[in-house]
Amino acid sequence: MDALINLKDIVKTYQVGTVEVHALRGVDLQIQRNEYISIMGPSGSGKSTLMNIIGCLDSPTSGRYELESTPVHEMDDNQLAEIRNRKIGFVFQTFNLLPRASALHNVELPLIYSGVSASKRKVIAEEALDKVGLSDRKNHRPNELSGGQRQRVAIARALVNNPSLILADEPTGNLDSKTGEEIMRVFGKLNEAGNTIIVVTHEKYIADQASRIVRILDGNIADDLQLEEN
Amino acid sequence: MNFEEGLRLAYQTVKSNKLRTFLTTLGIVIGVMAVIGMMSIIDALERHMTQTLSAVGGSVFWVQKYPAVRIGHLDRKYRNRKNITVEHARAVKRLAKAVGAVSPEFYTLGKQIKYKDESTNPNIIIYGGDENWAEVNDRYISEGRLFIKEDIYHKRYVAVIGSDIVEKLFPFSYPVGERIKIGNIRFEVVGVIDKKGEIFGNTQDNLVTIPYSTFRKVFGTKRTINIGIKAKSVELIPEAIDQTISALRIARKVPPGAENDFEIVTQDSIMDTLKNLTGFVFIAAVVICGISLLVGGIGIMNIMLVSVTERTREIGIRKAIGAKRKHILFQFMTESIGICIFGGIIGVILGVVVGLFISAALKLPPTIPVWSIFLGLGFSLLIGVVFGVYPAMKAARLDPIEALRHE
Repeated sequence: MDALINLKDIVKTYQVGTVEVHALRGVDLQIQRNEYISIMGPSGSGKSTLMNIIGCLDSPTSGRYELESTPVHEMDDNQLAEIRNRKIGFVFQTFNLLPRASALHNVELPLIYSGVSASKRKVIAEEALDKVGLSDRKNHRPNELSGGQRQRVAIARALVNNPSLILADEPTGNLDSKTGEEIMRVFGKLNEAGNTIIVVTHEKYIADQASRIVRILDGNIADDLQLEEN
Repeated sequence: MNFEEGLRLAYQTVKSNKLRTFLTTLGIVIGVMAVIGMMSIIDALERHMTQTLSAVGGSVFWVQKYPAVRIGHLDRKYRNRKNITVEHARAVKRLAKAVGAVSPEFYTLGKQIKYKDESTNPNIIIYGGDENWAEVNDRYISEGRLFIKEDIYHKRYVAVIGSDIVEKLFPFSYPVGERIKIGNIRFEVVGVIDKKGEIFGNTQDNLVTIPYSTFRKVFGTKRTINIGIKAKSVELIPEAIDQTISALRIARKVPPGAENDFEIVTQDSIMDTLKNLTGFVFIAAVVICGISLLVGGIGIMNIMLVSVTERTREIGIRKAIGAKRKHILFQFMTESIGICIFGGIIGVILGVVVGLFISAALKLPPTIPVWSIFLGLGFSLLIGVVFGVYPAMKAARLDPIEALRHE
């Protein structure tokens, strides 16, 4: 079976004024289905750029990116939006929920963009909220929820379109350690249920929850470590 | 993304920025209000004129020195014309075969009427007419009688008076048979002219009519007159007008090829002139409303640009979870169109109210031209599209990574 994600010689160069910044200098990476993988690295290492490329928010300057054997690197804006909508679920450090919308509506959002009818949307979104244990808070707005609850809403939103991949960028960065652990347990459960999860972090104890740790340094993969099943 | 979701979003934004939205829509509100208000007033004017003029006997037309409707100053061209005299009226009577009655009408403005110790304001119009005066002027004698040929022949001091004068001088008594004074000359009231009410806020009932022969004796002969002419039948009006023109050109010695030095005023010609006038008002209205709507549109664009900047992060989130350019474009277009239509609806309501109010103040029949409502809403829609497109495009083109980083 083909890998879920196949990155080949990915290069990303930014033009900042007159200076060229080499964020990624030829990354090769394969991620299988149902993997739980951490990407680690200090700030400025290129891990965010790598995450943006894997998440189809950005296109590489050169190299090949195949997601489920589909070449993503040659897609335009709209096609990338569709991939993000159907195949990738994002979880951000700052939650990134719409402040004026209820939890339920936030979770429904990806379904709106994939054209699911209103009545179906509600059912699916409620199911997703139920999975993260928030079905009793569905009508609350983000500012009426705790940080942990907000992140659960964000996870529910990431799950709602049944993505091939959940991409979490410092998901515990804005949470206290206890709540952070709770969130990590949610990821663990999701992985057990068959989801592929990529967590970008710079905290060792978070990264250790995964079964594989990839370290990025200066735009290259410095280290790719398969952990024992714990 | 479906339409309902777009509307919901627009509603949400409007709701959370009530004051800002209100101020933004003000331009549109005022513009649309002006369009509808103006249109309903113009419409009411035109209807009213049609009604008023069609009440005038269909087969009557007038010869005058000055045009019936004058805009601005009296042109020297008109003032230098020879006066129209009773001789000219006689010439028409003699030469125009299709003409039935010819009625000369003298007039003088700003007179005061007295009765015992009471007096009217000095704003009474005195007409000097003949026995056909009431008919060609479409007036009726509600009490007493009009003067007759003998009154004219003997230059008797008799008068028929308008209802304004009756109300002022004879509040509790019967005027017919009483003696009033015009200036210092005594007249016997023989009749009362029926009340006609106001046109454009001007009373039609502050008048006294006396025999033209008496008028000439009292007020002098060196003045121009109007000639009321009744064709023998409605079908003969064009012929009667042609014959009248020929008769007058002969009597006034107008050289062949020269312009007529008098005006023929028919119901249609008044209507045309007034339509011209309302046409000017219409164009002015369109220009003013256009400017107001343009300013309103710029306001919309401004506020939409602010909105896009404020919600950059939201746009980033939406894009990250799969919103395409068209979704974002649609969202912001719906918002700007929604705001404009909202303003348009308020403008329509206010415009209708203003129109009805002004119509009532001018004593015009209340009318609301339905097409102007559609015009107003159409304009709002157009502005929402035209001035919403640029901010929406800007939003749709945002880079998701940049947008997500935006604080």
